[in-house]
Formats: sequence, structure tokens, C-alpha cells
Amino acid sequence: MKKPLISVEKCKGCGLCIGACPKKILEMSSAFNKQGVNYPKCKDEPSCIGCKFCAMICPDCVIEIVETDEPGGKNG
Amino acid sequence: MADKILYTRPDSIRDVKSHYCPGCGHGIVHKLIGECLDEMNCREKTILVAPVGCAVLAYNYIDVDGIEAPHGRAPAVATGVKRAQKDKLVISYQGDGDLLAIGTAETIHAANRGENITVIFINNAIYGMTGGQMAPTTMEGQVTKTTPYGRDVHDVGYPIRACELLNTLVAPYYIERVSVHDVPHIVKAKKAIRRALQNQIDGKGYSFIEVLSMCPTNWGVDAQTGADWVRDVMQPYYPLGVFRDKDAEEASRVQ
Ligand SMILES: Cc1ncc(C[n+]2csc(CCOP(=O)(O)OP(=O)(O)O)c2C)c(N)n1
Ligand code: SF4
Ligand code: SF4
Ligand code: SF4
Repeated sequence: MKKPLISVEKCKGCGLCIGACPKKILEMSSAFNKQGVNYPKCKDEPSCIGCKFCAMICPDCVIEIVETDEPGGKNG
Repeated sequence: MADKILYTRPDSIRDVKSHYCPGCGHGIVHKLIGECLDEMNCREKTILVAPVGCAVLAYNYIDVDGIEAPHGRAPAVATGVKRAQKDKLVISYQGDGDLLAIGTAETIHAANRGENITVIFINNAIYGMTGGQMAPTTMEGQVTKTTPYGRDVHDVGYPIRACELLNTLVAPYYIERVSVHDVPHIVKAKKAIRRALQNQIDGKGYSFIEVLSMCPTNWGVDAQTGADWVRDVMQPYYPLGVFRDKDAEEASRVQ
């Protein structure tokens, strides 16, 4: 399945990725990184369609999109 | 099997923390330039002329050789670099204060000479680096540090449309305005930047890409509200699209 890999320590917490996700599966975590900001987490990885929108809008190259061998959800 | 990476930071963008604020459009545009340089295999021959403004250290993030120009003089410096080293890919990267206020003369004359360079113009409607003063591109009524009651166009003039202004000149080869406020527009912006770089490689002449971009910090809003403001307030005044395309003009003449 396809899913976002979020390097949370690089995140500046702008939230643009959350607004860009067409599946609305990203949300701000309540935890802080070492920069002192909340970072996004994926609450429903099996629903990720691998569209890369979250990664493309991230100004700080925080998100990678990967394809794994794990069985996917309804979107593969 | 190891995970297959479908999208990651381009090689031409260094893996360092930038000084840009959260949600700043500069980071998005840097990444697009980096992706284009990777795809075109041009990183080693690129020279980036950085402006005075928030992007003053752009060459620390985009992994190419760089020169820092005096405020507004990037297209003049780029002119010299390109004329001396014709095989290099020379990018003049500038904000709206740099390109359209202190550097207006350099901007217009480099375009008017049709220099074979690529100008990437970040229009974020404000002076970012110095703390949010009015720029030539600040919107009518927009509150900034120097227009606390909103930009009064009868007092300080109207926001300048750079693409339309340069499109009155004969020499420019390619002029396009794009935006990075959402992903579909980011995709189009990348195509435009790639086109502008290819034009230079093909020796065609001056290409100018204006990018509507976010400065959430000095607009005093969160990043998403900033992106929405580009769409709702900037875009209607600064229409997106291709203003000049001599390739297309040539093609239509041949037909
Ligand atoms: C000769 C000179 N005049 C003024 C300044 C102050 N100054 C630094 S950056 C800047 C404008 C930056 O705005 P912009 O070009 O829009 O870039 P941004 O920071 O928004 O990316 C100004 C006026 C300077 N550094 N040098
Ligand atoms: S790849 Fe697409 S669907 Fe998956 S998290 Fe990112 S934006 Fe959402
Ligand atoms: S777009 Fe990037 S920097 Fe902004 S919140 Fe998402 S991961 Fe963090
Ligand atoms: S001040 Fe504005 S342009 Fe400068 S880094 Fe911050 S958001 Fe970007």
C-alpha cells in the first residue's frame, strides 16, 4: 500500500499538508517535535491513495510517499 | 522488499532546515526549481543569483553555485554571469520588493535587452524580510506595517502587474504567471519553471515566471488562510496564465 512517511522533526507545523489531502486523513497530532510545533499524523493509512498532494505542498520536504508490501486498504 | 519511494526531496534541494517561516511559499518554489534541475540534469551548470529579501540564502538550500546580488540588481548580475559564461544556466530569483521596487530599472532593462536568463519572481504582496512593509504588489486595502489603514491607491498608487508590464516590451521570449497556493497550481508552476529553464538552454532569450506566493507571517495569518488569500484576493487581480510565448507565436505564423 501507499502511505506518507512524515519526518516529524523537520516539520514546522504549517498544516498545508492537512488542507491538501483529498482523503482528509491527515490531522495535527497533539505532540510537539523538538522545534516546538505540532506535526501532522496519518489517522487512516489504508485510505491513502498515494496522490502525493501532502508531500508536494510541503515547503520543507518533510513528507515522503512510499509504497510498501503491506496489504492495502480499499484503495490498494 | 524495501519500501519503494514514490516522492521525496529532490537531490538539488539540500537536506537542511531552512530559515523560512512555516507555510512560506519560498520553500515550495525552491523545491520546484530543484525538481526541474534534477529532471533536466542541470544542477552542475546552474548559477543562482539570489536577491536581497527572505531568499537571500537561497543557494544554501538549492544545491547549486550562487551569487548574492545587491538589492534589486539580480537581473544585472545575472546578465553579466550569463554573458561571461554562456554555457551556464543562470537563474535570477527575486521577491517583489527586490524586483519591482528598488530593482525596477534592472528588471525592465534586462527584459528589454532580451537577456538569455530565467527570472523567477516571487510575488507575496509584501516585504517579508524586513518585517512586512508595503510592496509595489501589495493589494488595495491590504494592511501592512507602512499602510496601517490599508493600501490607499490614491496615495501610493496601484499594485503593479509585472507580467503585464513586461509584456509591453518587444524582446521577452516567455512570460507566465502561476501560483503555489494549492497542488494543481503547484503542478502548473513547475511546468512553467521548466519551460523557462528550457528556453534558456535552447538559447531563446528572456523568460519571466511570476509566482503568487504566501507570506503567512507578515500577512498575520496561518498558512492555510494565507494560501486561501492568494486564491481569493491575489489571483483575481493578478490573473494566471501565459502572457508571452514566442514559440506559440512562431507556430501560429507558420500555419
Ligand atoms: C539598498 C537596500 N535598501 C533596503 C534594504 C532593506 N530591505 C531588505 S529586504 C527588502 C525587501 C524584501 O522584500 P521582497 O523583495 O518582497 O522579498 P521577501 O522578503 O518578501 O521574499 C528591503 C527593502 C536593503 N537591504 N538594501
Ligand atoms: S498521499 Fe494523498 S491521500 Fe495519502 S496522505 Fe498524502 S495527500 Fe492524503
Ligand atoms: S506541510 Fe510540511 S511543514 Fe507543514 S505541517 Fe505538513 S509536514 Fe509539517
Ligand atoms: S517573512 Fe514571509 S516571505 Fe519571509 S520567510 Fe517568513 S513567510 Fe516567507
